[in-house]
Amino acid sequence: MTMKKIQDKYITYGMVVIAYVLCEILMRTGVMTSHIKGLLVPVCYYAIVAVGLNLCVGILGELSLGHAGFMCVGAYTSALFSFSMKEVLPTVPRFIIALFIGVAFSALFGFLIGIPVLRLKGDYLAIVTLAFGEIIKNVFNSVYLGLDDKGLHFSLKDMASMGMDPSGKILVNGAQGITGTPSDANFTIAAFLLLASLFIVQNLIDSRDGRAIMAIRDNRIAAESNGINITKYKMSAFTISAAIAGIAGVLFSHNISTLTATSQYFGYNASILILVYVVLGGIGNIRGSVIAAMVLYLLPELLRGLSDYRMLIYSIVLIVMMLFNWAPKAREFREKHFAFLKKRKEARQ
Amino acid sequence: MATILDAQKLSISFGGLRAVDDFSIKIEKGELYGLIGPNGAGKTTVFNLLTGVYKPNEGRIILDEKDITRLDPVHKNKAGIARTFQNIRLYSKLSVIDNVKVGLHNQFHYSMIDGIFHTPAYKKVEKEITDRARELLSVFKMEQHADVLASNLPYGEQRKLEIARAMATEPKLLLLDEPAAGMNPNETKELMDTISFIREKFGMTILLIEHDMKLVSGICEKLTVLNFGRMLAEGETKEVLSNPEVIKAYLGDD
Repeated sequence: MTMKKIQDKYITYGMVVIAYVLCEILMRTGVMTSHIKGLLVPVCYYAIVAVGLNLCVGILGELSLGHAGFMCVGAYTSALFSFSMKEVLPTVPRFIIALFIGVAFSALFGFLIGIPVLRLKGDYLAIVTLAFGEIIKNVFNSVYLGLDDKGLHFSLKDMASMGMDPSGKILVNGAQGITGTPSDANFTIAAFLLLASLFIVQNLIDSRDGRAIMAIRDNRIAAESNGINITKYKMSAFTISAAIAGIAGVLFSHNISTLTATSQYFGYNASILILVYVVLGGIGNIRGSVIAAMVLYLLPELLRGLSDYRMLIYSIVLIVMMLFNWAPKAREFREKHFAFLKKRKEARQ
Repeated sequence: MATILDAQKLSISFGGLRAVDDFSIKIEKGELYGLIGPNGAGKTTVFNLLTGVYKPNEGRIILDEKDITRLDPVHKNKAGIARTFQNIRLYSKLSVIDNVKVGLHNQFHYSMIDGIFHTPAYKKVEKEITDRARELLSVFKMEQHADVLASNLPYGEQRKLEIARAMATEPKLLLLDEPAAGMNPNETKELMDTISFIREKFGMTILLIEHDMKLVSGICEKLTVLNFGRMLAEGETKEVLSNPEVIKAYLGDD
């Protein structure tokens, strides 16, 4: 491991910790409006899912457009647990178990979907993940689940067809989702989980397995000839990526009281929004994903005052960021005016 | 001397085309064996058969007394065959040292959990991997490039790195697919030195495909000539190169 990698890793952690402390100070001193306070947890979960997606897109090199679907799995399974255990378990163990359940189920879905999907390449893979993401969302939209004295009732049609006792408790109410999930998530937990996701992904990249995953990305045929088990590493990277999206899902569902599988949050638009964070933050650049998620999630919210113009400004910012990152002229400009960064890089080599 | 590779009567067809027909080769330990032939003769197809990219329709491949005919590339590599490619295939976005570390993948082990939590086991093994990779790089006189991106290396160094990466898998047999392709005479000379050096240093058995006759006649002890998928001649380098059939295949009828 080179010094550069160690430094990079701690810069990312430091950045998150500093942002957390700043926000806490602003909150404690009462400077922060309640509107912005409400955005802090979403910022964290979008940063988490962007980090997870970057593992899939940037490190494994496979474009997935279904990560909102994995987030949906994590959100629903964990919310279902927390909701049904609301009166049984105290907050802390309940949330920890819910977290494990959400992560385990999204990892399981990632694994199962990965089996057929990872046989495909490029555009085809992207289209199929997009389809799976939509399927997950739509299935959760039509699930009815209830509990009464006779046990669990399940239907995909409507409430009446469950044949439940009127005294029973409805757990999942179709398109109306799960109402009354305890709000166990808060900013501190969200920031901690963001750090944990960063820890997992960055450490994985800087290990034997991470190198194998990146080798497959750079040249699959050469990786095979070096004795690397392609299927194993593709599946593990995809599964871990889905599991991290699951962490984001758990935070999502425990931050709001009513969870519904709407396309706004779990549809392909959401998947593409997450992909935008990854691409503009820099594909394969984990810290970039966190920064892009923070800036691009907060920006439209902070521009609410400009009403009609806010999406206009948002799209201009997207274009500017894209140009700044990738256009040859902008790179030249960066090299000229941020030459000190480059010198440091050369010195390392 | 012990036989390292014994391929018997390999054949493969793609549709109606018999790309390799009845190909046999026997390589003794420590030998440097050349496989030559005009363009499209099926040399690279032979490599792809030996490394498991294609499965032969007929024939057997015995490596160090084990039948490896049906193994896939991953297991062929684990069995002891490493290769380089005609068009260089490096991990372009990884550093030079990481390329070698990928080659060392199956030589050092720790679990993925160790890797994610950077446990003491990770630290210990990772240090061993780094030391071994640096050692290999210094053998190939590339330690000064260790942290450079593989894609930023000059062409000749990229070829060398590919060989270093193949050597990292600790093979019994090294296959080099046109290692001198696109090199200038100086680079070719350096490459010949490198190949002779790894033979001496590691006692490596090498099979190489080459067009550069100077390189072939300079370092190979034995040759097999392929033409239209069939073996035209085999034997000691000098004999083969003076064989009129071979001259005809290379230079045409006159």
